[in-house]
Amino acid sequence: MINTLLIANRGEIACRIIATAQKMGIRTVAVFSDADRDSRHVKLADQAVHIGPAASTESYLRSDKIIAAAKQTGAEAIHPGYGFLSENEDFADQCQLNGIIFVGPPVSSIAAMGSKSAAKSIMQDAGVPLVPGYHGSEQDIETLKAEAEKVGFPLLLKAAYGGGGKGMRVVENMGEFDEALNSAKREANSSFGNDKMLMERFIRNPRHVEIQVFTDEHGNAVYLAERDCSVQRRHQKVLEEAPAPALTEKTRTEMGDAAIRAAQAIDYVGAGTVEFLFDQSGEFYFMEMNTRLQVEHPVTEMITGQDLVEWQLLVASGQPLPLAQNDIQVNGHAFEARIYAEDPDNDFLPCTGTIKHLRTPVEENGVRIDTGIEQGDEISAFYDPMIAKLIVWDTDRTRALLRLQRALREYRLTGLTTNVDFLHRLASHPEFVKTNLTTEFIQQHEANLAPDDSVSYQQIATEAALFDICQRQQQRGSSPWQSGNAFRMNSAATHTVPLQFDEETYAISLAETGTGEFLQEVDNESIRWQASLTDDKLTLTAGSMRYHRYVSADDQQITVFTDNGPMTFHRHRVTDTLSDETAHGGHVAPMNGTIMEVLVEKGDTIEKDQPLVIMEAMKMEYTIRAGHEGEVTDVFFIAGDLVSDGNELIAVSEAE
Amino acid sequence: MAILSSKINTRDAQFAANSESMQAVIDDLHEKAAKIHQGGGPKYQERHLSRGKLLPRDRINKLLDAGSPFLEVGQFAAWECYEDYVPAAGVVAGIGQVEGTECMIVANDATVKGGTYYPLTVKKHLRAQEIAERCHLPCIYLVDSGGANLPRQDEVFPDKDHFGRIFFNQANMSAKGIPQIAVVMGLCTAGGAYVPAMADESVIVKEQGTIFLAGPPLVKAATGEEVSAEELGGADVHTRISGVADHFAHNDEHALALARRSVARLNRGEPTKLDRQPAKPPRFDAKELYGIVGTDLRKPYDVHEVIARIVDDSDFDEFKANYGNTLVTGFARIDGYPVGIVANNGILFSESAQKGAHFIELCAQRKIPLVFLQNITGFMVGKKYEAEGIAKHGAKMVMAVSCAKVPKFTVLIGGSYGAGNYGMCGRAYDPTMMFMWPNARISVMGGEQAAGVMAQVTKDNLERKGESLSEEKEQELKKPIVEQYDKQGHPYYASARLWDDGIIDPAQTREVLALSLAASLNAPIEDSRFGVFRM
Repeated sequence: MINTLLIANRGEIACRIIATAQKMGIRTVAVFSDADRDSRHVKLADQAVHIGPAASTESYLRSDKIIAAAKQTGAEAIHPGYGFLSENEDFADQCQLNGIIFVGPPVSSIAAMGSKSAAKSIMQDAGVPLVPGYHGSEQDIETLKAEAEKVGFPLLLKAAYGGGGKGMRVVENMGEFDEALNSAKREANSSFGNDKMLMERFIRNPRHVEIQVFTDEHGNAVYLAERDCSVQRRHQKVLEEAPAPALTEKTRTEMGDAAIRAAQAIDYVGAGTVEFLFDQSGEFYFMEMNTRLQVEHPVTEMITGQDLVEWQLLVASGQPLPLAQNDIQVNGHAFEARIYAEDPDNDFLPCTGTIKHLRTPVEENGVRIDTGIEQGDEISAFYDPMIAKLIVWDTDRTRALLRLQRALREYRLTGLTTNVDFLHRLASHPEFVKTNLTTEFIQQHEANLAPDDSVSYQQIATEAALFDICQRQQQRGSSPWQSGNAFRMNSAATHTVPLQFDEETYAISLAETGTGEFLQEVDNESIRWQASLTDDKLTLTAGSMRYHRYVSADDQQITVFTDNGPMTFHRHRVTDTLSDETAHGGHVAPMNGTIMEVLVEKGDTIEKDQPLVIMEAMKMEYTIRAGHEGEVTDVFFIAGDLVSDGNELIAVSEAE
Repeated sequence: MAILSSKINTRDAQFAANSESMQAVIDDLHEKAAKIHQGGGPKYQERHLSRGKLLPRDRINKLLDAGSPFLEVGQFAAWECYEDYVPAAGVVAGIGQVEGTECMIVANDATVKGGTYYPLTVKKHLRAQEIAERCHLPCIYLVDSGGANLPRQDEVFPDKDHFGRIFFNQANMSAKGIPQIAVVMGLCTAGGAYVPAMADESVIVKEQGTIFLAGPPLVKAATGEEVSAEELGGADVHTRISGVADHFAHNDEHALALARRSVARLNRGEPTKLDRQPAKPPRFDAKELYGIVGTDLRKPYDVHEVIARIVDDSDFDEFKANYGNTLVTGFARIDGYPVGIVANNGILFSESAQKGAHFIELCAQRKIPLVFLQNITGFMVGKKYEAEGIAKHGAKMVMAVSCAKVPKFTVLIGGSYGAGNYGMCGRAYDPTMMFMWPNARISVMGGEQAAGVMAQVTKDNLERKGESLSEEKEQELKKPIVEQYDKQGHPYYASARLWDDGIIDPAQTREVLALSLAASLNAPIEDSRFGVFRM
C-alpha cells in the first residue's frame, strides 16, 4: 500500500504523476529547488519540500536530499519520473536500503541496461534481433571482408576510437570495400592514432519504433502496442505517434514478443520501453531499453485507454497488472508534439525567457496537454526547455493529424522563441502526412520546413495597428482626453501607429470614417477596415472579408498569431530614440547562464571580435566578443556568476 | 430625469434642404481646413523635410500621446487677412495630451513665411497662452521661427498685446506654477530667443535649433566677427557652454521625446473634481443638427432640439421653464461633467434676461461650468420695453456673465448680434473657449437692419431738407452695407481675426465642449463675486 508518494522530479511529469496519484487517493509530496518555488508541480502537490539551489546537481540529482524528504514526509514510495534519477541504480539502491519503494524496475534491471554493450549481449542471448555487426579485434583484411559478407550491405565502417564522423564510411557493396576501408583507416590513424575498425549494417532511412512493455512481480508481462518516434532533431524526439503507421500485424506481434523477451531477460518489473530501429524493409533491430516511463507515454495511454502511471503505482505496491495481453485493445490514433523553448532557425538551440502570454487549446475532444508551465513562468537555463506536450487523439491517423494541426495553431505563446510553428509545419508536411517517416526526416526536408516568408507584413502590421487602436479605446480613461479617438478639428481623425518588425518600420495610417470604419490607403488602393476586440480576439473586416486573429500585447510589443505563426511587432515610440543615448556597448549576456571565464581585465585595450567572456548556458558555451575596438572600462562579473539575459558583462569605451 | 423629446421630422422637405445646405458649408469648411493643414504648401514643406525636420503637425502628432485628441485653437487665423498667404497665421496651436497631461502646444510653422510673426500670429500665440493660463495647462513651445515680421513691426512690436507680451505671459505663468517648456527645433532669433530663455525647461536640436540675440550676418555687420550659426548659438553651445538650453537632442523625434519626458516629470496634481457621472451619449443623432438648423438664420427652430443632441442622454433639467422662455436655462451633463446651459430661443425680454442672470449666479454659486448656445438677434425694443427697464434687466445678465468665474464656453449656433452677444458671453466676456458653427453670423446688428438704420438716417436728413429718398436710391444705399455686414459677419472673417477660437462642425459640438471642459478643470474654480446689480 502506498499512502504517500514523493515525486522526485519537476515540470510536466511531476504534475502528470501527481494527478494520477491524487486520483487514486494517494497523498503527494513534491520536491523543489530555488528556481521552482512557485512552479505548478509545487502548487498541485499536497505537500512540497525544498531540496536546494536551482542547479539540478544540487537539488533534483541529490538522492540524499530526496530520501531525507521522503522520510520527513512519511512517503512510502518515490516516483522518479523520467530523467534526473530515474535510471540511476545507486538511487534505486538507496531507496531500497531506506525501506522506500522505488517506482521503477529492480536495481539489477537498471544495471543490466545501463551498459549498452552488456545489454546487447543479454539481448542477443534472449533472441532479440540486433543490428548485425562485427566488433572483433581481428583486423586483417581477409577477416574483415569475411565478416562484412556476414554483416551484409550497405554497411557502415567506423573507427573504434572515433567520433565526429571521422574515419567513417558507408560501403554499398563488396566492390567498394577495399578502397573505403583504406581511406577510413588512414583518416582514423591521422585523427585518433588508431585504425581499429568496427562494422555494422547500415540502416538507410530507419524509423524509430518502440514497444511499451509492462511487467509485474507475479511474472505477468504485456506490451501496450508501439510508438513511432522517428521524427527527431538533435537526436531527440519531437513528434511521436501511436500506433506506428504501416506496421503489419505480424511485425507488431513479433516486436511485442521480442520486447517481452527483452524485459524478461533482465527480470524486469514495471514500465519499460524497448526501442527498435526499423528499416524500410520491415526488419527491426534492438537499440536499447529504457527502464522508466517515457516522455511520450501519453500516446500509448490515448490509444489503449489506460493510465500508465496508475499501472506503475499498482505494480510498485505489489499488485498484478490490471490487464492481460488479450484484454489490451488499440483504439484510434494519437500524436504527441513536444513544445520546446528552442529556435528551429538556429539549429534548435534552447532558448530561455519568461512566458508572457499563454493560451492553449481547450482540453476536450481528444486534446490533452501535459505541462508544468503557466503564464508568467520562466524557462531557465537550469533544466530541460520543454514547455508542454500537446497530445491529440482521434479515430484514425488522418483525423488525429488534422486535430494536431489545429491544436498547434491554437497553442499561442509569447515571450520566447518556441518550436510551435515548426511543429505545425512538420505536422502539415506532405511526406509526414503520407507516413514517409524516418529519423532523417527533419534533415531531409529542411528546405521546405522553413517558415513561409511570402506573408504580407503590411497586412499583419495593419492588424496589429487596429489592435492597438481598439485596445486604446477599450482601455480609455474617463477623461474625454483619453478616448484614444485621435480627434482632429475639421479633418478625419487619423491614427498613425508606428510598428517595428525586424529592422523594418511600418507606419500604419488609418483614418476614421466616422461610421466605425477605418480607411487605409495602400498603393493607391483604399481598404475599409472594421475591428472589434474581445479579450485577445480581434475580429476584423477588410472589404468583404471577415476573419479573426488572436493577439497578445504588452507595453513594448504586439504579437499577432497568424496562419504562419506569431509575428511580433515592437511598438515604436518617439521615446525609443532615447536608447541611442543610453544604450550600452552591447557586450551583454545572450541568455541566462553562468560565467565560465572572463578573458580581459579592466584597462585592457581590445580589438574588435576579440573574445571577452565565455559563458555557459543550456550546456552550451558562448563566447562574447568585442563589438568594436576600445578599452575595457569595467568588468561586471567573475567566473561562476549567474547572469541574466541582457546583463551587461563588460563595458568598453569607444576608441577615439 | 427630464429626457428631451424630439419633434422633428427627418423626412420633411425643409429638413432635407437644411441638411443639404449645412453639408455644403461643412464640406467647404473641411476643404479649407485641409488646405490650411498643408501649411506653406508642397514646395516649402519639401524643403523643410529635406533638412531632416518634421512638419509642425507631425511634430505635434509625435509629441502627443497615441490617440490623443488635438483641440486646435485658431485654425482659421489670418485666413484671407493679408496679401501673403499665411495659413493658421503660421503657427499651429491647440490642446493635446502629453504623458496623460493636457498641454497647450504652440508650434511655429517654418514653411509659412519662415514662421515669422504677423500681427495675427502674435494675437494667436497670446490667445493660446491666455487659454493655457486660464486652464492651468503646461505650455510646450515648438520653436521654429524667424521672429517678428519686420515690414509689420509697428503692428507686432510696441503695443501691450504685441510680441513682448509672449514673454510676460511666460514669466507670469511660470510664477503661477504653470510649466513652460520650449523645444528649439529651428531658428529662435532676437526676441524669439527669449522663448527658450524664459522657459522653465528647454530642449534644443543639434544642427537645427539655434538661439541668439543677433544672427551671424548682424554679428558680422556689427563687429566683423565671422561665425557660423551653429557655433554662435547651436545645441552644443547652449547645452554645454552657455546653459541657455537644458537638453541636447539629436533630432526632432528625440527632442519631442525629451519634451515628453519633461512633462512626465511635472508632478501635476489632480484636476478639479466636479460631481461627474459616467458619460452617456445623447439619445438623438448629432448629424440631425444639420437638418434642424440649416443655414438660413431667419428660419426659427426650437433650441431644445439642439440641446437634446449635445447633452448626456438628452437629459435636461430645465430651470424656470415657464418664465421668460425665450431664454432656455437648465442643468445637464456633457460627457458626465455637470454644466449649466444658457440657450437662446428667440429675442431677449426683460424676464428672460432676469432669468438668465439668476441662472448664471446659481451656476457660479455651485461652481458649475456654463455653456452658452448663442442665437440672438438682440433685446426687445420699443416703448413698452424701455419703460419696464429692459436696459437694467439686460445689464443684470451682463453683470452676471462678466463676474461669473466658472469655466464658460460659448458656441455661436446662429446669429450673434448687438447686446445679445454681450449677455450671452461674447468674446469680450472672457469665455474660456469660444466656437462658431459655420452657419453662424456675428455683427453689431443684422446687415438688413444696419442698412435699414442707415437708410432711415439718410431719409431723415433728406426730409429735413424737404427732399425724399427714392426706392431705387434706397436700395443703392443699402446694398453695400448689406454686403459689408455679410462679409464681416461670416465665420471665416470672424475666426480669421480670432474673434473666436475656431469654427466647428455642429455634429462635433459635444466632443469639442467635452474636451474644453475637461481641459478647463486643470485650474481650480474660483469663487465668483458680483458687482452691483441694478434692481
